[in-house]
Amino acid sequence: METTQILETIRMIEEEKLDIRTITMGISLLDCIDSDGEKARGRIYDKITRLAENLVKTGEAIENEFGIPIINKRISVTPIALVAGASQDEDYSDFARTLDKAAKTTGVNFIGGFSALVQKGYSIGDKRLIQSIPEALATTDFVCSSVNVGSTRSGINMDAVKQMGIIVKKTAERTADKQGLGCAKLVIFANAVEDNPFMAGAFHGVGEEDCVINVGVSGPGVVKRALEKVKGQPFDVVSETIKKIAFKITRMGQLVGHEASTRLGVPFGIVDLSLAPTPAVGDSVAHILEEMGLESVGTHGTTAALALLNDAVKKGGVMACSHVGGLSGAFIPVSEDAGMIHAVEKGALNLEKLEAMTAVCSVGLDMIAIPGDTPAETISAMIADEAAIGVINNKTTAVRVIPALGKSVGDTVEFGGLLGYAPVMDVNHHSSADFIARGGRIPAPIHSFKN
Amino acid sequence: MKAILTVIGKDNVGIIAGVSGKLADLHVNILDVSQTIMNGYFTMMMILDLSAATDSFGDIKKFLTEKGTDLGVQIKIQREEIFTSMHSL
Repeated sequence: METTQILETIRMIEEEKLDIRTITMGISLLDCIDSDGEKARGRIYDKITRLAENLVKTGEAIENEFGIPIINKRISVTPIALVAGASQDEDYSDFARTLDKAAKTTGVNFIGGFSALVQKGYSIGDKRLIQSIPEALATTDFVCSSVNVGSTRSGINMDAVKQMGIIVKKTAERTADKQGLGCAKLVIFANAVEDNPFMAGAFHGVGEEDCVINVGVSGPGVVKRALEKVKGQPFDVVSETIKKIAFKITRMGQLVGHEASTRLGVPFGIVDLSLAPTPAVGDSVAHILEEMGLESVGTHGTTAALALLNDAVKKGGVMACSHVGGLSGAFIPVSEDAGMIHAVEKGALNLEKLEAMTAVCSVGLDMIAIPGDTPAETISAMIADEAAIGVINNKTTAVRVIPALGKSVGDTVEFGGLLGYAPVMDVNHHSSADFIARGGRIPAPIHSFKN
Repeated sequence: MKAILTVIGKDNVGIIAGVSGKLADLHVNILDVSQTIMNGYFTMMMILDLSAATDSFGDIKKFLTEKGTDLGVQIKIQREEIFTSMHSL
């Protein structure tokens, strides 16, 4: 080993905030299904607490021995709509409370999977689950919920899009005492992936093994620092630099995932190659884009810069690990990124530009506070726009917006911790109500004649 | 198990003696040492073999951190794999 390499690794961890964002244990609950809800919940609690008993302890041991921070230990489960669908229960929030209890027993930071997949239509379980979301998120601390409303193969379920606008508003109202925090734990997807380790959208797909370990890496600060050394050079150099650094970051994910899976005796699933920012200084995706030469994120050129970043991260990371999956790319949550927050505050970044950015990055409109009086139809229409981008371009997109009750543009919503704070952003005030009222389904797109 | 120890801090009398003495107490074998003064700072790296050590990794880490405080330097110990996996295929 060379001294410079050892020091580089230490510097990346200590100064540039390289970390493993999450070790997520995916657990299938398909064998917990029972026509008696009470029995099903008992099995769910037992299975999760049995399999994840040592998850947090193992994560901490790896952190200690390797000297790399592992920020979150999480659990994702089979979409509860599938599990609870067999029961006679009308309201599924008891299932959410069971998940919450299991999360508290195992000591994990979040548990995801209070989810429904309705890209083509609703089953009874899906219907009941979606109705239960506001109550579920208002009465739990660690449960995350997601709903998939569209896919490239089946089009967009506009009835679900319409309903989710209402559910987002209701969730904000039910958690108004916590700044609408429930909405920070609710994602509406198109083309949702089954092995995503990141919250709030993680769930354990039905095509997955019974129990699996997925890892999400991070490290925007490391990329930014590497780009500082190639100031003014052509994009070929920028791309090469990002690829090399993404490779190194991903190797950490592979090592930690492999180690965790061996110690827990659980198969290793995937590494999610994502640049996930936090509100901490030096941990911002926006600042990487600005390092490429933009005065502020949000100005003209931002979409191109993000496209390059997203692609180079994947190219660099793919060879560094055995299996890549999840959302893989750059995340652009507003409240969780100091550079994004600053750009919104100075008027450089608006919702329209964020929407354009979502066409080339890994997810979508993420952690955005909007005025509390925004109509449900407008939220639905935002979801429809994002879903359209995802469905047409064959990529995952998502919406996680927080209607800030009693607040308007210019006010700030404070979530604390990794969720950060968000300036309330303006939305288009012209109505989308008649458009959303139609309901039905937008057909799946044709994938020829691409223009 | 192999680990890499890094010691960084203001140069002083007795750093190497202090660190290696502590490692000997803990039955940790030193396989390789490199030491230099970088930007005015004492910088030392050691490759260690922990197979004969009786204390847990966590305890060894704690004892070394305490020793570092006594010597006025920062001592870190991390398993070797984190460095090898990042820098080699």
